[in-house]
Amino acid sequence: MATFKIGKMLMRSLFGKPATLMYPVKPAKITDSTRGHMTIDIDKCVFCSLCAKKCPTNALTVDRKARTWEIQRMRCIQCNACAVACNKDALQMAPEYTAPNTEKVVDLFQGPPKEEKPKAEKVEKAAEAPAVEAAAETAAEAAPQAEA
Amino acid sequence: MAKQTIIPFGPQHPVLPEPVHLDLVLEDETVVQAIPSIGFVHRGLEKLVEKKEYTELMYVTERICGICAFGHNWGYCHAIELLMKVDVPERAEYLRTLWHELSRVHSHLLWLGLLADAFGFESLFNHCWRLRESVLDLFEKTTGGRVIFSVNKIGGVHRDISPEVLTEMATVVAGMRKEVNELINVFVNDTSVKNRLVGVGVVTKEEAEDLCAVGPTARGSGVVTDIRLTGNGVYDKIGFEPIIEEAGDCYARTLVRCRELIQSMDMVIEICETIPEGEIAVPVKGKPEGEFFARLEQPRGEAFYYVKGNGTKNLERMRVRTPTNINIPFLVKSLEGCSLADVPVIVICIDPCISCTER
Repeated sequence: MATFKIGKMLMRSLFGKPATLMYPVKPAKITDSTRGHMTIDIDKCVFCSLCAKKCPTNALTVDRKARTWEIQRMRCIQCNACAVACNKDALQMAPEYTAPNTEKVVDLFQGPPKEEKPKAEKVEKAAEAPAVEAAAETAAEAAPQAEA
Repeated sequence: MAKQTIIPFGPQHPVLPEPVHLDLVLEDETVVQAIPSIGFVHRGLEKLVEKKEYTELMYVTERICGICAFGHNWGYCHAIELLMKVDVPERAEYLRTLWHELSRVHSHLLWLGLLADAFGFESLFNHCWRLRESVLDLFEKTTGGRVIFSVNKIGGVHRDISPEVLTEMATVVAGMRKEVNELINVFVNDTSVKNRLVGVGVVTKEEAEDLCAVGPTARGSGVVTDIRLTGNGVYDKIGFEPIIEEAGDCYARTLVRCRELIQSMDMVIEICETIPEGEIAVPVKGKPEGEFFARLEQPRGEAFYYVKGNGTKNLERMRVRTPTNINIPFLVKSLEGCSLADVPVIVICIDPCISCTER
C-alpha cells in the first residue's frame, strides 16, 4: 500500500507548513544573485554602445550625441551580456523583477551633459574645426546634386 | 482478425507535457501500430546561426530545451572549445559538471512526477515536484536563473561559487537525498505502482541496439551506453559508473532513473567537497574554423553537437541531435502490442522532450 510507504511524508505535509508561499502576503524568494532586471549608473556611462552591440536580442539603444541609454524591458532576456561587456562597470543586474505590464515598456536614461574641459591647444583646433566642418557640409550637399 | 480502429493520441493530451501526435492503430484494446508525427513546436533555432555571432549563440542553445538548458549550452561550448583548441580550467569543468548533475537531479525528479501523474498517483507527483523546487532554488542562488542560467561562456564559466555556498549546497542535497529515498521506495516497492510498470512496453537489448536507443531508455534494456564514460567533464575523477538494468520494461527504465537520481546527488556532494581552487575562465581569441562533433550525456540521453565554422564570427552550420529525436523509433517499438490504457505510461517512459526534438 502506497499510503504506508510515504506515510511519514504525508503526515509531515498534513501537519507541517505548506510548501508554497502565500505570495502577495509574503514576498517571493529572491537571492542576491537573482537576475531580475538591468540597471544603469548613467553617470559612469560613456555611451560607447558596446553593450548594444553585445545584446543578443537588440534590446538596447545607445545614442552618443543625445547621451541617452534606452532599454526595451520586454525584449531583455537578463543574460547579463551587456554588464560583462561594459568597461566602465556602469551596468548592474538588480535582483528584483520588473512589474508585470500590459504595454511594452521602454526605459530611457538621460546622461548628464558632457563636461567640456577646453585646453589651450584644443581651443586653437576648435577654431579651425568649423571651417573643416563647413567644407564637409558643402561637399555633402553637393553630392546629392551630383547624383540627381 | 478484429476490426482495426485508429485513435489519435495528442498533440494535446493530459499526460503529454509537450505536443507530439500518435496515430494508434488498435485491434480491440491492443495497439498493433503507432504512427508518430512531430512538427508542432518547430522554432528554427538552427537557422539563427547565420544571423548571430558564435558567442551570442550561447543564449540560443540554452533555449533549445527548458529542462536540460544547461546541458545544451555546455554541449555547444564543448564543441566550440574543442574546435578552437581552448583548454578549459579545471575548476570551470568541475562547476559545469556540478550544474549539469544538479540539472539531472531536477530533470529526473520532474520525470518521476510526470510518471506518477501518468498512472494517476497525484500526491506522489506533488511531492516529486516539491523536492525539485529546492534544486531550482540552488540554481537561482548560484547562477541567478531558475531555468535559464547564462553562466557558460566559451573558455569557462561566468560565475564562481563561494566555499560557503558549496557547503550549503552539499547540506541541502544531503537533506534532499533522505526524502528522495522515501519517494523512490514508493516507485520501486509499491504494489500498485509495480502493477502499472512491470512487464509493460518491453524492448529487448538487441532491439534497443538496433533502434539506436540512447540514455536511460537504452540502459533500462541493458545497453551499456553513457557518454559520461567518454571523458567530458570530470566524471573520470569522481568515480562515475553507468547504471544498467536488464529487464527492458517501464519498471526497469524507472529503476535506472531512480538510481541515477541518487548517483547524481552523490556526485554533487562529492564535487562540492573536492572542487579544486583556480581560474574559472580563460580568454579566447580568434574565430572558429573547421568542423567538429561533440557529444554530451543529457538527462534524457546522448546529444550530438555539430558545428562548422568558416573563420568568421558567424558559424556556417550548427546542428543538434537530441536524445528524444533518436528515441522515437524506440517508443514506436515499445508501443506495439501494449494495451490502450498503458500508452500514457509507455510514452512518458522515454521521457519525451519535444521542444528539444524540434528545436
